[in-house]
Amino acid sequence: MPHHQEAHRPAADTVARGLGWFSLGLGAVELLGAKSLARWMGLDKHEALIRAYGAREIATGIGLLTSRDPGPWMWGRVGGDALDLAILGTALSDRDAETDRVVFATAAVAGVTVIDVLCAQSLDASRRNESDRHWDYGDRSGLPRSPTQMRGVARDFEVPRDMRIPEALRPYDQAQRRPL
Amino acid sequence: MRALCWHGKGDIRCDTVPDPEIEDARDAIIRMTSCAICGSDLHLYNHFIPGMKDGDIMGHEFMGEVVEIGSSVSNLKVGDRIVVPFTIICGECEQCRRGNFSVCERTNRNASLAAKAFGHTTAGLFGYTHLTGGYAGGQAEYVRIPYADTTHVKVPEGLTDEQVLFLGDIFPTGWQAVVQCDIQPSDTVAIWGCGPVGQMAIRSAILLGAKQVVAIDCVPERLSMAQAGGATTIDFDEESVIERLNQLTNGKGPEKCIDAVGLEAHATRSIDSVVDRAKQAVMLESDRPHVLREMFYVCRPAGVVSVPGVYGGLIDKIPFGAVMNKGLTIRTGQTHVNRWTEDLLRRIQEGQIDPSFVITHTVGLDDGPEMYETFRDKKDGCIKVVLKPH
Repeated sequence: MPHHQEAHRPAADTVARGLGWFSLGLGAVELLGAKSLARWMGLDKHEALIRAYGAREIATGIGLLTSRDPGPWMWGRVGGDALDLAILGTALSDRDAETDRVVFATAAVAGVTVIDVLCAQSLDASRRNESDRHWDYGDRSGLPRSPTQMRGVARDFEVPRDMRIPEALRPYDQAQRRPL
Repeated sequence: MRALCWHGKGDIRCDTVPDPEIEDARDAIIRMTSCAICGSDLHLYNHFIPGMKDGDIMGHEFMGEVVEIGSSVSNLKVGDRIVVPFTIICGECEQCRRGNFSVCERTNRNASLAAKAFGHTTAGLFGYTHLTGGYAGGQAEYVRIPYADTTHVKVPEGLTDEQVLFLGDIFPTGWQAVVQCDIQPSDTVAIWGCGPVGQMAIRSAILLGAKQVVAIDCVPERLSMAQAGGATTIDFDEESVIERLNQLTNGKGPEKCIDAVGLEAHATRSIDSVVDRAKQAVMLESDRPHVLREMFYVCRPAGVVSVPGVYGGLIDKIPFGAVMNKGLTIRTGQTHVNRWTEDLLRRIQEGQIDPSFVITHTVGLDDGPEMYETFRDKKDGCIKVVLKPH
């Protein structure tokens, strides 16, 4: 029998879309305010790198907001976070860096990384659940008896003349020299 | 009234719109009792078919109760239960008199547009592109039926909506796909696509007496339903379609091949489909014809290829050398619904088949937009959605 189903969007999916908007916002800030951001952290020479990260964030944000499956894009975000943390870790040993501010930025990125990882894992889990769920319609034949028993029940149907296969192409019995 | 309206790619909303009114003496208005989302609605949803306008009411597979009739409709009365064929037919033009209802010459009110796209006009269709008339569809609480005296199938007492609803489209579509193969008792019929039309084609091929029916898809639940109907299945994610079909036919290939997929073949499962998808994205090709290529290649010489799957425009890299040299017969077209409904209704009444087997989801009209997404993404075991507007 048909079943009733209420469709819904999983929570992780909603969080992923939210992070997509966050990526767009952060990307815009990094892209447009790279100079100020670099100066604030005392990393003036990394301005171009910050701008490149901004472009990456915007691309990820668009991917998260437009794709049917945000899972791969979430793992892309996690990869980006790892890169950010690595660069910030290196910056800590930079003599020109504003250490307090770099530590603050590192803590913020670490926090976001935790959210990204949890969200990506949750999306993976919901996808696994969906593919593991087995919908078996093996009892839905629509026929009153087995297909074998129902085979040919409608042979009383006369195929209209305009839909018959051409006589020359009908199965042919070579021995009897006539159509099968 | 409430209706599911198209607002762009992937954007269907349940809107409040004006109630339909009688516009012509041959019109009728019906109060919807059941309607369905059809696979070809997805081509509109995904915006692969041109000619849609913001606010168009979707739906071409529906039924209901007559609530108002025009002055010249004498064979219907208020209270009649009818299924409405998706093709609007006049019943009088040369094509209708020949039974070629889907190419009715009079019902497409945008005939000149259709002629520009296809060379000649085709019939008006409900809830479809403006190339086919731009008529309001049936995913709504009420709908106006133009040419209502000819465009209907009366439902006899004792049959449920679920048993007869699909007489408006997928059942006769699957049936015609098989009928135009002219099935012989020795035939192997290969059917690409185990969506609703594919499922109906499988049962039709069994009832019409094919020796072997082979169904091709990659979605487990659809394959399980195909097996239930009597098909041997091929999961194209797991094995080569060509090799398996040749193996099942002693290397000769299936005599009859049916494309129940149409223009949206899986975009990532074969190299040619990936190329087609890229071309689609830059408007170098409108459809993805992977199934046609595979059918032409594997079909037995002197065989028949039947195409109920919808194609909208232009396709590339078709191995027409195989078609010509193997002497294949190609039969296609939108369904001449009324040509088959009397016979199919009798078979339902006699219990030869109950088409309701294909329904997996039944929801209210308000849930329609989400069901479009569920159906498109083949989530939640979805094969066929029925909407209950009231």
